[in-house]
Parts: sequence; structure tokens; C-alpha cells
Amino acid sequence: MAQAQLPVSSELPQASGHHPTAWKWYDYFTFNVDHKLIGIQYLVFSFVFYLVGGLMAVVMRTELYTPDADVIDPNLYNALLTNHGTIMIFGWIVPAAIGGFGNFLVPLMIGARDMAFPRLNALAFWMLPPAGLLLVGSFFFGGAQAGWTSYPPLSLITANTAQSMWCLSIILAGTSSILGSVNFVVTMVKMRVPSMAWDQMPLFCWAMMATSVLALLSTPVLAIGLTLLFFDINFGTSFFKPDAGGNVIIYQHLFWFYSHPAVYLMILPIFGIMSEVIPVHARKPIFGYKAIVGSSMVICLIGLFVWVHHMFTSGTPPWMRMFFTVSTLIVAVPTGVKIFSWTATLWGGKIRYTSAMLFAIGLLIMFVVGGLSGVTLGTAPVDIHMHDTYYVVAHFHYVLFGGSVFGLYAGIYHWFPKMTGKMLNEPLGKVHFLLTLIGANITFLPMHVLGTQGMPRRVAMYDPQFTHINQICTIGAFVLAFSVIPFLVNVVWSWGWGEKASGNPWRALTLEWTTASPPIIENWHRLPVLTQGPYDYGFNGHEEAEITSSHF
Amino acid sequence: MKQLPASIWTLTVGIVVTLIAFWAGGHNGLFPEQASAQAPLVDNFFNLMFMIAVALFLLVAGTIIFFMIQFRQRPGDEGDGVPLEGDFALEAYWTLIPAVIVIVLGIYSVEVFTEMGGFAPGGGGGNHLFMSHHSHHKMKTQLVSDTDAPDASMTEEFNAEYGFGGTDQADVTVTVTGMQYAWIFNYPEQNVTAGELHIPVDKTVQLNIKAADVIHSFWVPQFRLKQDAIPGHNTELRFTATKVGDYPVVCAELCGGYHGAMRTRVYVHTQTEYDQWLAENQFAQNPDLSGAVAVHAEE
Ligand code: HEM
Ligand SMILES: [Cu+2]
Ligand SMILES: [Cu+2]
Repeated sequence: MAQAQLPVSSELPQASGHHPTAWKWYDYFTFNVDHKLIGIQYLVFSFVFYLVGGLMAVVMRTELYTPDADVIDPNLYNALLTNHGTIMIFGWIVPAAIGGFGNFLVPLMIGARDMAFPRLNALAFWMLPPAGLLLVGSFFFGGAQAGWTSYPPLSLITANTAQSMWCLSIILAGTSSILGSVNFVVTMVKMRVPSMAWDQMPLFCWAMMATSVLALLSTPVLAIGLTLLFFDINFGTSFFKPDAGGNVIIYQHLFWFYSHPAVYLMILPIFGIMSEVIPVHARKPIFGYKAIVGSSMVICLIGLFVWVHHMFTSGTPPWMRMFFTVSTLIVAVPTGVKIFSWTATLWGGKIRYTSAMLFAIGLLIMFVVGGLSGVTLGTAPVDIHMHDTYYVVAHFHYVLFGGSVFGLYAGIYHWFPKMTGKMLNEPLGKVHFLLTLIGANITFLPMHVLGTQGMPRRVAMYDPQFTHINQICTIGAFVLAFSVIPFLVNVVWSWGWGEKASGNPWRALTLEWTTASPPIIENWHRLPVLTQGPYDYGFNGHEEAEITSSHF
Repeated sequence: MKQLPASIWTLTVGIVVTLIAFWAGGHNGLFPEQASAQAPLVDNFFNLMFMIAVALFLLVAGTIIFFMIQFRQRPGDEGDGVPLEGDFALEAYWTLIPAVIVIVLGIYSVEVFTEMGGFAPGGGGGNHLFMSHHSHHKMKTQLVSDTDAPDASMTEEFNAEYGFGGTDQADVTVTVTGMQYAWIFNYPEQNVTAGELHIPVDKTVQLNIKAADVIHSFWVPQFRLKQDAIPGHNTELRFTATKVGDYPVVCAELCGGYHGAMRTRVYVHTQTEYDQWLAENQFAQNPDLSGAVAVHAEE
């Protein structure tokens, strides 16, 4: 429809000798502007950070094996805690889901040769390594201590240098995500193949649209909050200094106005991955395409009106506690719509038990738990008891760990053949899945009980009555740490020596599968033409007959 | 032929899920004992939500697992599934059901919140009502200052901006100060300061909460109540303890390296025990005030 004022020729220019036919290893360390290469840069970068953040989590859980702070110093615990949270969010989910999958897939799925602004794209990626270095480097200055939320005044009085580095790092990451978002929106609006109408755009792209809009609306607010914090620390201003007329509550509003939508920002692309993986491996059209698109948009909108549920026990007047209780509860509806749609997609399918599918189903189950505990937390009366306890830690790990790790692995098992031209080993993938599922539940399920019983979060030492449950969680964390090994072995081995993948090993219908694996430099020799919808499974041949006899 | 077993199945599953959910709602044992008037309200509300959550989880997870088994690819079958793209009635149905559940929970939570005392002044509006409280303060302090008591600070009025407050005069008023890494409890009317909280059972207690350095959060799990202590803002908590005993006071907001060690206890006494504790401490901390105390105690 709205194809390209931007110069995109449908025929690949024959004479352009500049383009190499394949990437060399060192291309991955350069300012390359190809969206696929950038996507893989993001994915590898974020996976390294996932390992770093995971290592920090294991050290924390080891400390929590006993009630006293006997393994590491409590200040080091806080530094690890702060960096674990920050890295998992700004170094793992966001870059992997948005930067990695978004960059690799969006142009391929809409039939474009690249992103609308390739240089901006590369620039956005290259802001991340310095952001990561700032975070890791802050450990040499004591490490930021105030949690990933960094509430003043604590963040103003502890480890000033480290805290400043933390601020700069997040501002860099935020800028990168704003640049990326502009790029995604323009790419999708301007560069779809002419034959693709809006309602034929794959759901992953719709999810990226909602994500980008959300990022554009909320990220600047975070940047403002952190800039003011940075000024308070370094330039003697007193926006948030209570003893000099500053207001610490304002920071919390600024912070959560970004960071609550940010959880949708992290999870929407992963919902997009789910909507791609499930239909292919169940051999079924996605159930309720429009409902899924609509619910993404509604989540994006309501998501902007719920931030105060993080402040129920802080500086929040009663009417706000009630208003935000209700708006928070409402988000459960569009989220439920998605879960039901995926479940209904399974009905009448011919489900392949591939690793990608298993991880997608694992996500569904984890997410149902996290969503339901989220509803209880959304109501002020209950949240006043549960806030800042391990119940919350359990809840957000079901959502974030369940969401990110299961969803991203589902995506990796699904698109690895496209990205590398090699198949991943399925039996190893299944071992990986089982270890992850079991480990995650041993780690996070008991935390609900810890919270309701009275264990606050962010503590290096706790009341000895909680020892046994903590030991179970710690053992779970070791299982999780171990679960990464089969995956690493699988990726390294398969990439090097795995079975070669065809252009379309899953027989999927979205456009990225119409080019070679891995795709050629400008994606297609001749741009593809849409002949069917992205999820038209079963609409041909003898399958047709079964439609009439189907009853739900 | 096929319909009958299906409906029996549905019925059986429905009954089993309902039974499990009801049982889970009543027997989850997730909470510690209830020691405040607010605690049963919170627990009942949570248990209702837990019941709904267990039912929904069993239904959704059960359906997913059932579909995974029922609709697995059979060996050798490389075909596609049923091309079913949507069903408006069904989609409307499962948008409506959660919407109704959520609206009911929303209304119920306003109800619970009101009953807990969440809308009473202090939180935002209604500071004028504190005037009466304030003048009462003044009266007492007047009495003490007549006898040349030190500490003028207690004449300061305490206008709480946030928290759970109350309109009427509380039976006991305690000023709570959070600092790295301790809670200080001050009884302004009796001029007593302690490191643990002592209160009488079945009396309304008003905590006026302040922070000396960074944000802390006052939490007694057995009371199901929590309120941040915020530098630069006054907050409050109003409750009635219903059970004699002693319970942990926990700091729930990250406040520095030893945040986890910022713990003390709240002692819920019978009235006589409480009076005794007050008298002993009053005398111990302000021996020169013994005269004033005597006057005070007799009135
Ligand atoms: C790999 C397994 C993981 C384990 C064992 C783990 C464990 C932990 C632990 C022990 C804490 C500290 C809790 C506290 O002291 O309050 C924590 C906090 C946190 N985790 Fe994880 N985690 C894992 C993965 C993840 C993932 C994948 C994410 C997000 C994508 C994540 C996000 C967070 C966040 C945001 C915090 C809060 C940090 C803060 O309070 O400032 N974690 N995690
Ligand atoms: Cu504290
Ligand atoms: Cu604390």
C-alpha cells in the first residue's frame, strides 16, 4: 500500500560490486549497516549480558542460602542486585527482543531490503557496548547500590561515581531504544512490499509497532528523571534532595511512568514471537488475528495509565490508590485475550513437538502464573501487604523470566535456521527446555510463600525462619545455571557442524522464509509478492473439506 | 454419541476445578497469623482472588496440556490443521468474562480499602480534621510544659500527607522514625522513646511516620499493613491490633547495605501490661518528670 518514497528498487542492482556475498567473522565487530547483521550483533551482545546477569543472580542466591550475610558483603550484594536487575532489563530483554529479533525480522517479514535508516540503526546498536561497559565498570567504583529503581535519596548518598555511571548507562540505552523505535515505525509504515496490506502484516511486526510507540512515549520521561538525578549527584542541584526542598516522590512518578510501560515494552515483542511460532508448529492459522493486534494496542494505551501501582505504599493519596487499582486490573483483559487466542490456535492443530513449540508452551504456562499473581498485586489492599516482598520477586520473575527466557529461546529455536543456515539439534533442545522449566519453577514458585510470610526483597540477610524455603530457591537457581550448558553446546556445535537448513525448514508462510538461509545481503534478488496471508495454514487441497465438519 | 461423553466430561472437570479452587482459597496457608483488625479483610480478599486464580490456572493450563496431547502430530501426517481463523462470539465471550471478573474485583477492592480505613483523612485531603487532634496534642503538651518539661518538638503538628489515617482521636499515638538501620518509637504524650513498638490490644493506634535519612518502609506482616517513611513527607498508619503477642517489624524499602538487618518487634500488650510498661519507661527515661507523671496518671 504505502510503499516507499524511500528508494527501494525491487530488482537487486547487478553491478554493485560493493556487496560481499557472505559475512566474515570480523564484520560482526564493525559499524555494519545491514539489518540482519545488526540483529545478530544485538542477540549475541544480549546473550553475553544474560550470562553476566545470570552469574550475578547465582552469586546472590548463594548468599541467600543462609540467613546471614556470610558469603559476600551486604554492600556487594546490593551492587550485584542493582546490576542484575539493570542488566537483565536493559542488557538482555530489551536488546534481544527489540534490537535482535526486531532488526533481523521486521524488514524480512514485510519484504523490505533493509530498515528505513540503516546508519541510524547501526548507531543505535553501537550505543549499547559503551552502556554495558559503564555498568560493568561501575563495579570498580563500588557498584551502584540503590536497586534498578535507584530511588533517591539513597541513590544520592551511596557510591556517587558508580551511580553516575549507572545513570549515564541507562540514558545511553534509552537513547538507543528511541532511535531504534523511530526506525521501526518508519520502516513498517513506508517499506512494506506493495502487495502487503496492514491486515496482512505478520503479528510480530504489529507487536513491534506497539512497542515502538510505547518506547517513544515513555522513554524520554525516564531520561528526564535520570538526568535530574545525575545533576543532583554531580552538579549540586536539589530536585530530589528532601533537605534542600527537593521531592523524592516526583522521582518515583518519573521513573515508573517509564518503567511500568517498559514491562510491556519488553513483553510485547515476545508476544509477537509467540504469535509467529505457535501457528507454524501447530499448522494452524492464528486464532483471532484482529483481536491480537487490537489487544497489543490496548495494552500499549492502558499501560501508560497504571504506573502508580508501584507506589501504593509510598506517597499516594487514597483516590489514586483506587484509580490505579482499577486501571491496573483492566490490563488483565487484553492480556487474557492473547492467552486465549494462542490456546485456541492449538485446537484442531497438528502440533509438532519442536523445541521452539515447547518453549512457547512453557512461556504460556509461566505467563498465566505471573499474570494471575499480578492481578492480586494490582489491588491496593493486597499490594500494601505484598509490596517489596519476595511475592513481588516471584511475580516479576514469572513474567520477566518466563516471558523473556522462554520467549526468546522459542524465537531462537525457530529462527536459528534462518539466521545461520544451520538447524539446531532437537534432542539437546528438549533437554534444555526441561531443565529450564524445572529450574525456573523450583527457583521462583517458593518465593511467593516467602513474600506472603514476611520476607522483604532486596535483603542480603533474613530472618532464620525462612531458611528452608530459601535453600530450595537457591538449588533451583543452580539448576537454571546448569540449564544454559546444553543450549551453549547446541548453538556452538550446530552453527559450526550442524545439519544444513533449507530456505523454509518449518514450511512457514511469512516472507522471511521465502529467501535463502541465511538470507542474501539485500534479502531477495527480486522482492517477493504476497500470494497468501501470513497464517493461511490448511487452506489448500483436501484439508478444505474438514472445515465444515469442525465444531468448537 | 459423541456429545454425551463430552458434556459429562465438561461437568466433571467443572466440578473438580471448582472444588480444588474452593479448597485452595480456604486452605492456602500463605499468610502468617492475623493480628490486626485489617488482616482478615486483606486475607479474605486475597483468598477470593486466589480461588479465582487457581480455577483459571487449572482451566487454562489444563486446556493447553489437553490440546497439546489431543492435537499432536500423528506419525507420518505432514498435513495442516483445521483452518479456523477466529470466531467472533467466542472472542467476545472471553473478553467479557475477564472484564466482568476484573470489574467485580475492582469494586470489591474499593470496598475492602474503605473498610480498612484507607479513605480516612491523612491520606491527601482532610487535614483540617487533624486540627482537633493537634489541639489535643497542645493541651497535653501544655500540661507538661507547665511543669517545665523539655522537648518542645512535640508541640509540632503532624500533618500526614499519605497513609491510612483516621478522623477521630486515636487511643495511642506514636511517632515512628526510620533511620539507617533502626526504627525509633516515640510516645510524645508520655515522653517515652523506645527501640521497639509497644501497644495495647484492641485499641486504635496512630503511627506518625517520618524518615531521618533515606526512604524506609514500616511493615508488620501480621498486621498486613505497610507504609513508607519518606524524607520530606509525613505519613501515617492507623490500625487496631487484635491479638496479644509480639510480631516482627520489618523494613521493606531498600535503605542501604544493612537494609535486611533493619528489624525490630512490636509488642501487643493487654492494657494493664501496657500501662505498666509505659510507667516504667517514663520513669526510667525522665526521672525528673515524676511529678508531672503523677498528675497525668490521675486525671
Ligand atoms: C537466571 C535466573 C535468575 C535468577 C536466579 C534471578 C534471581 C534474582 C534475585 C535473587 C534477585 C534479587 C531479589 C532481591 O534481593 O530482592 C533478582 C532481582 C531481579 N531480577 Fe532476577 N533472576 C534471574 C533472572 C532474571 C531475568 C531473566 C530477569 C529479567 C529479564 C530478572 C529481573 C530481575 C529484576 C528486575 C530484579 C530486581 C532488581 C532490583 O530489585 O533492583 N531476573 N533476581
Ligand atoms: Cu530501612
Ligand atoms: Cu530498609
